[in-house]
Amino acid sequence: MAGIVQFENVGLRYGTGAETLSDLSFSLAQGGFYFLTGPSGAGKTSLLKMLYLAQRPSRGSIRLFGEDVVQLRRTRLPGFRRRIGMVFQDFRLIPHLSAFDNIALPLRIAGVDERDLVTPVREMLAWVGLADRASARPPTLSGGEQQRVAIARAVIGRPEMLVADEPTGNVDPEMAARLLHLFDALNTLGTTIIVATHDIHLLSRVASANVMRLDRGQLQDPTGALRYPPRPDFGQEARP
Amino acid sequence: MMMFGASKADRRLLPEGRLAGPMPWVIAIMMFLTALAAAGGLAMESAAARLGADLGRQVTVQIVLADPAKRDQEADAARQLLARQQGVTDVRRIGDDEMQALLRPWLGDAGLERDLPLPAMIDVSLSRAGRDRLGAITNALRTAAPHARLDDHASWLAPLVSLIRALGLLAGGIVALMVGATAAAVVLAARTALNTHRQTIDVMHLMGATDVQIARLFQRRIALDALFGGVLGLVGAVGVILLLGERMREIGSELVGSIALPWTAWIVLLALPLLAGVLALTVARITVQRALGRTL
Repeated sequence: MAGIVQFENVGLRYGTGAETLSDLSFSLAQGGFYFLTGPSGAGKTSLLKMLYLAQRPSRGSIRLFGEDVVQLRRTRLPGFRRRIGMVFQDFRLIPHLSAFDNIALPLRIAGVDERDLVTPVREMLAWVGLADRASARPPTLSGGEQQRVAIARAVIGRPEMLVADEPTGNVDPEMAARLLHLFDALNTLGTTIIVATHDIHLLSRVASANVMRLDRGQLQDPTGALRYPPRPDFGQEARP
Repeated sequence: MMMFGASKADRRLLPEGRLAGPMPWVIAIMMFLTALAAAGGLAMESAAARLGADLGRQVTVQIVLADPAKRDQEADAARQLLARQQGVTDVRRIGDDEMQALLRPWLGDAGLERDLPLPAMIDVSLSRAGRDRLGAITNALRTAAPHARLDDHASWLAPLVSLIRALGLLAGGIVALMVGATAAAVVLAARTALNTHRQTIDVMHLMGATDVQIARLFQRRIALDALFGGVLGLVGAVGVILLLGERMREIGSELVGSIALPWTAWIVLLALPLLAGVLALTVARITVQRALGRTL
């Protein structure tokens, strides 16, 4: 299976301080399911930012969907971003929009006709258990409800790659299991999933998942799945 | 792409209600001043053109002779010669009654009763061709009426026309400054709006919204605000212009009366709010796109 993400000697430094991330070289297979774990401050969010193209590295090369995104012209970034779904740690819902409008936003950005987006958005609301909260605005939703809206917004456009930062941090175990099931279902459909989490119990919930561990800006590879270039048989193990 | 064009969903992305900020009112004040300056400039230009074209083709012939018989004789000769000249469209001798009516405000009845020798006056209208051959007409006149003196209206109107044109240019300069100030106000409004909605913009960017899509949200809002302010300012300015026109008509002076707005000027004035809207739209688009261009 082809690598959807390839990092080669990537380093990230904010300002003039020490490198937050150092010498990251790894490859993620298309259709793979990855957990990114590590202690607070290890650089998980910084790595995710580079994955969803909110941050360019200070050095090294990043290839996404087969193209070098470090050198990519700025005008081409929106096209790449539309292929990526993001769940932010702080949700980043637009506070003055209803849950429905927040979830519909990626589809509207992609130019989907208003008539064609109502059904999928309502289905997604029902799936995350918020069918009766469609018109509620984020400030009136609980943390868990906001997180579900954020996840629904990330997956509504059937992204090729989903990047989620602590997506189950504010939901109860039952809802966490449902959300993971949603991610797994998306993964079955071919979406590459990358989930950053502190929750070590979550790691065992997806049998096919590989684990990436960040520690003080360095990447550990406990499952050996991140070798770059990847093993020839890699990806067959990504799906059972 | 329909996104962020005009749909209700797109408009909800920027929640701030219309007229919530000071920009429409600032634009209204600027439009008020711009419309007044533009109206002044257009009226001056029109007046200068009219004075130059109409009054500049008028000349007056005076025959200053103490002997009334000789004066009348030269006046008749001059009138007949002028009537025959190519380029002369009208010749009219001003009658004694009309002369006395003209002089009465300065001399009074008593002054006129004294056997005051008045010059013979002949009003002459010229065509454009006649204006060009004024020298030849003057030479012919000297032969027919040696005591005739030709008073060319253009010679004393020229400085006035020049002054009026200068005032028109000044008004044009004020309009240009106002356009610049309006553009600056739009830049400030766009930057403020960008800062206010930074969170929304960041999220949209990360979801793949292009700079053009985001700029459309702002340019539409700002253009509508500018259009509203423009219409408001223009209504105020038109009220003032109509009031001033009424006052000028009451003066009854031909010179003051020549300062009037032609219909083409009214079209320009009515188009000003639309131009303000287009200006705001363009400036907002450039400002927002430049600001977004500095982000990843």
